[in-house]
Amino acid sequence: MFDSFSAEMLARMQFAFTISFHIIFPAFSIGLANFLAVLNALWLKTGNDTYRVLFDYWKKIFAVAFAMGVVSGITMSYQIGTNWSVFSDKAGPVIGPLMAYEVLSAFFLEAGFLGIMLFGRERVGHKLHMFATAMVAFGTLMSATWILSVNSWMQTPAGFSMNDQGQFIPDDWWAIVFNPSFPYRLVHMVIAAFLTTSFVVGGVAGWHLLRDHTNAATRKMFSMALWMAAIVAPIQIFVGDMHGLNTLEHQPVKVMAMEGHFDSHPDGAPLILFGIPNEAEKRVDYAVQIPKLSSLILKHHLDAPLDGLDTIDDADEPPIAIVFFSFRIMVGIGFAMLGVGIWSLWARYQGRLYDAKWLHRVAVIMAPSGFVAVLAGWITTEVGRQPFTVYGLLRTSESLAPVAAPAVATSLIAFIITYFFVFGAGTFYLLRLMSYVPENNPFPGEPKEIAHV
Amino acid sequence: MFDLADIWAAIIAFAVLTYVIMDGFDLGIGILFPFLKTEHERDLAMNSVAPVWDGNETWLVMGGGGLLAVFPLAYAIVLPALYMPITLMLLALIFRGVAFEFRWRTKRWKPVWDVAFIGGSTTAAFCQGIALGALVQGIKVADRAYAGGWWDWLSPFSILTGFAVVIGYALLGATWLVMKTEGDLNAQMRKYATPLAMGTLGLIGIVSLLTPLQNPVYFERWFTWPQMAFSMIVPVLLLCATYVLFKGLRSGRDVSPFLASLSIFILCFAGIGISFYPNIIPPSLSIQEAAAPDSSLKFALVGTVILLPLILGYTAYAYWVFRGKMDPDEGYH
Ligand code: HDD
Ligand code: HEM
Ligand code: HEM
Repeated sequence: MFDSFSAEMLARMQFAFTISFHIIFPAFSIGLANFLAVLNALWLKTGNDTYRVLFDYWKKIFAVAFAMGVVSGITMSYQIGTNWSVFSDKAGPVIGPLMAYEVLSAFFLEAGFLGIMLFGRERVGHKLHMFATAMVAFGTLMSATWILSVNSWMQTPAGFSMNDQGQFIPDDWWAIVFNPSFPYRLVHMVIAAFLTTSFVVGGVAGWHLLRDHTNAATRKMFSMALWMAAIVAPIQIFVGDMHGLNTLEHQPVKVMAMEGHFDSHPDGAPLILFGIPNEAEKRVDYAVQIPKLSSLILKHHLDAPLDGLDTIDDADEPPIAIVFFSFRIMVGIGFAMLGVGIWSLWARYQGRLYDAKWLHRVAVIMAPSGFVAVLAGWITTEVGRQPFTVYGLLRTSESLAPVAAPAVATSLIAFIITYFFVFGAGTFYLLRLMSYVPENNPFPGEPKEIAHV
Repeated sequence: MFDLADIWAAIIAFAVLTYVIMDGFDLGIGILFPFLKTEHERDLAMNSVAPVWDGNETWLVMGGGGLLAVFPLAYAIVLPALYMPITLMLLALIFRGVAFEFRWRTKRWKPVWDVAFIGGSTTAAFCQGIALGALVQGIKVADRAYAGGWWDWLSPFSILTGFAVVIGYALLGATWLVMKTEGDLNAQMRKYATPLAMGTLGLIGIVSLLTPLQNPVYFERWFTWPQMAFSMIVPVLLLCATYVLFKGLRSGRDVSPFLASLSIFILCFAGIGISFYPNIIPPSLSIQEAAAPDSSLKFALVGTVILLPLILGYTAYAYWVFRGKMDPDEGYH
């Protein structure tokens, strides 16, 4: 099946495939863990049982999603060694300790308190259970922090020197952890996780509202999800813009690819809304563009000059079309999310939030949009970094492990089959859980938990 | 004397050992799963580890992540060398990990996830054993990279160690269930534990005899000072643990067989440590050569010294919360 590919290409495909599956689960479990902590806190504070019903409902869903996040994550941490061992040897002294901190400060925390959060309420009492729930949520955020520090360092390396073996030697840990793109990437990703989750919650609520708009729990979660969307979507767009400006400063080539700027524009670059990048002819076909807007966005000046890909050696360019399209998909979804947020505010103002059928329908359609945006965002970021693993310093082709192509091809096929089978089944179970109406003991055949508190 | 790299070697060894004994009994339960008679017994066995398995498995991430952080060269050599068994182990762990959640989510497919749990646990254990055997055989290194082929790990010896680990984990699983359950299941597991213990000890014996054949250096390490002091003590302690194990099983005790089985694993691990030291990858890569620069070792050590005790603390607490015999009527799901 994969005969014509080199070991490098296969390893890249395998990495892209497995990490794309992995990131779907964290994007959901980071948001959901925090949502659960909020629900539990609100229940303890107000005594309103609706929150407790919602907590128990989403807890089950969380457990399934989290398990898939864990097993797909363990694959990632070993794959860096099996497929990218030269990268591990060279960058390990810098990124390894950050990942070790992730294990120590995040993974153990999540795993250690997860059991108590899921099964321990009656054994430890409400206070400690709340503590455990908060620790799981905190753990997911710590995890995001460290792994994004790693990834950001690979994008904008800082604080190191090189030794004779070509290894990166850490000099200044502060500069490494807080490398130039890290704050932007962290904020952008955590908000992305919150948005993703709120659209899932909103979509599930919308689906149930269309059938029965009187259920208190459904109404509550619809309202909470859309508050989140309305408040956070604009923030995400703002943060995304800042992130882009930062990228322009540190990885200008990536921005050229995102914008589709094959040519330099000495007196103001246009914003290409849509088009089809033609890499062979080095131009964007069928471009729909607004003159000078790109210069305005990126340089805050209509006539500011912007360099294009013509100033870059072909060997140092990423694949343009992938970056160009994935970036547009993400930004498009960002604005669509903003639209839904504003619409919900309007419906709320009119007092029709729970009766606006079209809003509910759109919420259902938008339920998976966060995942698509997250994947599109990561593809922009990662493909845009090519052909380097450590930007400007270590090429992807020089990062590869000394493995034989057939070995990588075999494992790639095994991963594809396993992932589609296992995560396909998991997604089916998640959807089925979500199809039950949130109420006391919603899931058929479950032991009644609320009863014996 | 002991420098940063040695301290780190000890920490990594601790993480791997903790993984082996903690996930060992989880995987052991999966290996024994086909022998549990009723669905109720299977549910019970699974529930006995449901709240802790994720924490147990995290030690595997700690072992791998730690190796990348402080011995990047060792990480970069071992993983390509063990490409096949490691990849297979990861796939197996996916199946057994999701089985914990999935089998509660479906009636019709419950048997499918039971098979995933059994197959995943057994395969993961076998691959870990193979990895151990392949390491003991030694790994070819040239120019800071793995220099062998992608089937080098496969040998009669590594298959033997694979079996040894499967049987050993099954022993851990059986004695864990003796500790955590009552009635029929307890009696059944107690009955199984005896042959499993004999199998484990027998295989330990064979592997120990064959080890010096893999490389005579191991023989020397065992019989020179100061390691020799340990080499004398380890077998003696092993005998003591064996005695406690069999005595506990006969006299109806519930906790001591599990602790004795854990001790057997710890002692074997110490034995392997004696064989390897001062190398991190036999036959030629030393702890010192593989170590990351001091700035990496120091930075990571600060966090480890602070966080590891906390982790051990709350992990112990989580076990404490779910201590005691399983209540057959309590549903975790
Ligand atoms: C923005 C967040 C984020 C990103 C970019 C990644 N992860 Fe992840 N990861 C998480 C956020 C996360 C999480 C939210 O913390 C998870 C999801 C479910 C879970 O158990 O924790 C997790 C789980 C998880 C686990 C299982 C931990 C356990 O045993 O509990 C491992 C080993 C990894 N990840 C490793 C990686 C690696 C090597 C990545 C990149 C190459 C990576 N993750 C990207
Ligand atoms: C979690 C979200 C992420 C996604 C969806 C993602 C996606 C991708 C994709 C699509 C590629 C392939 C690029 C190409 O071959 O053109 C890639 C490459 C790579 N990424 Fe990421 N990535 C993510 C996070 C990370 C993180 C956190 C790390 C750091 C450990 C990382 C390290 C790498 C490495 C080492 C490669 C090498 C292969 C290559 O460059 O082709 N990625 N990633
Ligand atoms: C219109 C609004 C948005 C803008 C202007 C924007 C901007 C950007 C930019 C410029 C990058 C690439 C940065 C780099 O690689 O250096 C990026 C990455 C990313 N975006 Fe967005 N984004 C927007 C909306 C969204 C939305 C709605 C989501 C998800 C719900 C999202 C998720 C991501 C993710 C996960 C990444 C990769 C990680 C990172 O680099 O932060 N973005 N975004």
